[in-house]
Amino acid sequence: MRYLPLTDADRSSMLATIGVDSVDALFRDVPDHAKLPGKIAGLPDHKGELEVERHLSRLAAKNVTASSVPFFVGAGAYKHHVPASVDQILLRGEFLTSYTPYQPEVTQGTLQYLFEFQTQVALLTGMDVANASMYDGATGTAEAVLMAARVNKRNKVILSGGLHPHYREVVETTCGIMGMDIRAQAPDWKNAEDLSALLDAETACVVVQTPSLFGHLRDFTALCDAAHAKGVMVIVVVTEVVSLGLLPSPGSMGADIVVCEGQSIGNGLNFGGPYVGLFATRDKYVRQMPGRLCGQTVDADGKRGFVLTLSTREQHIRREKATSNICTNSGLCALAFTIHLSLLGEQGLVQLARINHANAVTLADKLSAVKGVSVVNDGFFNEFTVKLPKKAAKVVSKLAAKDILAGVPVSRLYPDVEGLDDLLLVAATEINSVEDMDALVRGLEEVL
Amino acid sequence: MAMNNQGRDSTPHSVSVTGDVVTFTGNKALQQEEALIFEMDNPGAVGVDLPEPVTVKTRLGGLSARAGVGLPQLAEPDVVRHYTRLSQKNFAIDTTMYPLGSCTMKHNPRLNEKMARLPGFGDIHPMQPVETVQGALELIDQLAYWLKTLTGMPAVAMSPGAGAHGELCGLMAIHAALDARGESHRRRVLVPESAHGTNPATAAFCGFTVDTIPAEENGRVSVEAVKAKLGDDVACIMLTNPNTCGLFEPQIREIADAVHAAGGYFYCDGANYNAIVGRVRPADLGVDAMHINLHKTFSTPHGGGGPGSGPVVLSDALAPFAPLPFVVHGKDGFTLVEHAKDAGEATPFGRLKGFHGQMGMFVRALSYMLSHGADGLRQVASDAVLNANYVLASLKDVMSASFEGPCMHEALFDDRFLKGTGVTPLDFAKAMIDEGYHPMTMYFPLVVHGALLIEPTETESKRTLDQFIGTMRHLAEKAIAGDLAHFQAAPRLTPRKRLDETQAARKPVLRWVKPVPQAVVAQAAE
Amino acid sequence: MTIRFTKDHEWIKLDGGVATVGITDYAQNALGDVVFVEVPDAGKVLEQGKDAAVVESVKAASEIYAPVDGTVIEGNAALGDDPSLVNTAPEGDGWFFKMSIKDMAQFDALMDQDAYKSFTEGL
Repeated sequence: MRYLPLTDADRSSMLATIGVDSVDALFRDVPDHAKLPGKIAGLPDHKGELEVERHLSRLAAKNVTASSVPFFVGAGAYKHHVPASVDQILLRGEFLTSYTPYQPEVTQGTLQYLFEFQTQVALLTGMDVANASMYDGATGTAEAVLMAARVNKRNKVILSGGLHPHYREVVETTCGIMGMDIRAQAPDWKNAEDLSALLDAETACVVVQTPSLFGHLRDFTALCDAAHAKGVMVIVVVTEVVSLGLLPSPGSMGADIVVCEGQSIGNGLNFGGPYVGLFATRDKYVRQMPGRLCGQTVDADGKRGFVLTLSTREQHIRREKATSNICTNSGLCALAFTIHLSLLGEQGLVQLARINHANAVTLADKLSAVKGVSVVNDGFFNEFTVKLPKKAAKVVSKLAAKDILAGVPVSRLYPDVEGLDDLLLVAATEINSVEDMDALVRGLEEVL
Repeated sequence: MAMNNQGRDSTPHSVSVTGDVVTFTGNKALQQEEALIFEMDNPGAVGVDLPEPVTVKTRLGGLSARAGVGLPQLAEPDVVRHYTRLSQKNFAIDTTMYPLGSCTMKHNPRLNEKMARLPGFGDIHPMQPVETVQGALELIDQLAYWLKTLTGMPAVAMSPGAGAHGELCGLMAIHAALDARGESHRRRVLVPESAHGTNPATAAFCGFTVDTIPAEENGRVSVEAVKAKLGDDVACIMLTNPNTCGLFEPQIREIADAVHAAGGYFYCDGANYNAIVGRVRPADLGVDAMHINLHKTFSTPHGGGGPGSGPVVLSDALAPFAPLPFVVHGKDGFTLVEHAKDAGEATPFGRLKGFHGQMGMFVRALSYMLSHGADGLRQVASDAVLNANYVLASLKDVMSASFEGPCMHEALFDDRFLKGTGVTPLDFAKAMIDEGYHPMTMYFPLVVHGALLIEPTETESKRTLDQFIGTMRHLAEKAIAGDLAHFQAAPRLTPRKRLDETQAARKPVLRWVKPVPQAVVAQAAE
Repeated sequence: MTIRFTKDHEWIKLDGGVATVGITDYAQNALGDVVFVEVPDAGKVLEQGKDAAVVESVKAASEIYAPVDGTVIEGNAALGDDPSLVNTAPEGDGWFFKMSIKDMAQFDALMDQDAYKSFTEGL
């Protein structure tokens, strides 16, 4: 076996040093009935690299990849171009095969990029401080709700109807078991909801998303003011983080906590994971913030260095009194994010965001011209909702058969809500050419 | 004959310099000092070449475009060098033995990385029509089959994002099963004092109260100690096996039976499953739920702290409550159940994560399983246990082993051998760094004083182990001989010496802030 | 002025009607460098033996329990800026909070200086 360096001669001599006859003797505490006499039945024996590659490549070949077809699928995960150097650096063994930086003297590399990541996230979101990342945007949102409840010791949560349904479900599952009172609003595809009317003295927080699931944009300044007047915290969720290159930051609107899905920068689609949750807040709440934190300090010679800090909030010290049960962050995905954003820089990020918006506007205009199709949104970033004259799920299926991946039918996310069957979420990014857009238009004209 | 005779000397000068080497730059050859990326801002430089956007009338719904973000600008060579230099400040499995107990720092095969990057896995969207991602669903189904077959368990929940998330999944399934039985009063969870801190944190997160079971003198949990705590308010026991002392719990089946007889469930923390994979099936130990850290047992990269993946195998009693989404194999191929109404007989407790789980980690884990096969995985456990026992046997005369007899995949020592030397486990660990080793886990588990937990894993050769053992013996003898200063000054050869964690926590500096230019400071002072 | 001690290494000093509470020199030694203290707000009702404040060092977080039943009069705001006062002056400027005492019998039942001294010597 190529991954196991011990030879049979090594094993014999090591057993002699230990003073036992066989490895079985080392498993003496296993109850007899549970000791398997040989290898487990029903599984194949080991394979060489070539065979494994063939096996997995056959599975991979059964999937339609985003780069191979006109592709407009979004709804919380976005296809962007990632520069080649991102993955090359990621694959350096010193990053890939290192562990959580518990020994700072030999992990300054990881610690410094986490410090840079935290700074980038704080700048993007317009907040004071950010943690070293969460599993993804959805789990980060649930953590944000729990944090709000810790801060103001209230129990009611209001979830906007513009929040991604997966995020809503994760909040319902995770915070529901804690006994929180979760008030999810109806899907707000018309961008008409008024949440400030729902806030009261029992409300811990209100969770909104921008751009919303349906692509709508809003200024949350007034909502933040209304919420703060009642001691309610505002959590702003961003599932398309490239939008922050063009849109006003949630921090500038008065958000208390900002949670983003960071996949769009540096990370591929990967069929939904691993992704990276960004989590930012105000200085005054930092000790209630979940997740790992990297901080600056000095070493014994007075030189600047970095360490994990405020770890008394974490499970390995506080045990049942920890702020969260989470141990890991999403280290490599955060590194990919950091490198890609460093390559983009100020100018690149703004330009990337402008290209995304321009392509989406172009596509929206083209789709509006198709008979029976209308764009629902007034404003949007790179994704919007269209109303079709037929069931969106069927249209998407028919277009997939023509090798066009048209978007996400709203009914896939809201199967139980009536009146949404004809709505389709369509995303355009820098990867979409005019030819792709025209192919979608032609395809739609054929199947409608 | 024309000859270039202005050649260089081919033997070194016989001059030796002792003490710390001071350089003009602060660099030490391969060790480069590196500024923060924000301090390297080079306005006007670009790291990407993007086209001009087409001209359109913006449709931002009344919002005005943002003025700026405040990011630095650098060209690609500077970015690549910056992060490459940072990488060189890390210890990693690729460069050194990393015997961090309980963390299982084993070799990460690069085939796994290559497979995860196949466009057919890396470049597919989670919300594509299922007919366009049949291969992805089939891969999840195959991985699930491997996990179920290896553990002997009938079901597995694939979506948890890491081990701790898997624990949460398992405890939520238990919570839901108790509610379904009409026994919502069962809210007490038994946790041995040797448990990972995550166990009580997770139990508390789910609204359970934690009741601690003391460890026996021999590092194990006894069935009597468990029975003494059982009652009709007990929801479950959370037991790590092999436990955090690196010992297999010999009474585990009796404990499981006692908990079941009392109406509770058995949650097994599978953090140490790598010690028994292929040799023992958790189902045969009476387990109801167990998370599997794919990075520990199935070699997905540790990545400086994630991303992880923590599938949870479930017994028949808990399987109906597994979270959404899950893959079903029907006559029309694979489908994805994303909503409770499509779950048939099952009653999922909810959803834990956006989309469908850590697909990138699934590909890597399956690549590893296929590479090892049933025969190789059994050997993985055997060699992991053999290596740990070899370390234990080779060091127990100079270091103090905490318990008698063989261990499983990790060898536990405590600080009795350092008594009277003034050297702490932390000092000892820092001295290992100068010798080129990442330290072992220290001060965990809590049940012994000054714990030193060594997990070599199966991917270290005998030659590496012999060098490691030699180094540890040397350091132990040095400490006992009274060379306290050597340990207290360590590490000396790293990019940074010991860091001031007190200052970091008292005055947290958690981000870079652009310095105010001197001119502005002066103006403000006037 | 009377001072009493708890088994959890807190001191409580009674002066007039106001009791001041902090942790002992023994406790700050065991904790190491204190990096953060969370003190209760005025008006908070305390119950003997229940959580009243939090003290964190780099490696540990500990709850400070109310030594007796009563109501908080004032938390020590100075600890927010300089938590190291707990290390440098545990029984002086490093006090945690002032409180009124509901039941003097609880106070009288706590250890006096000598009893606490022999208690720590026995640890």
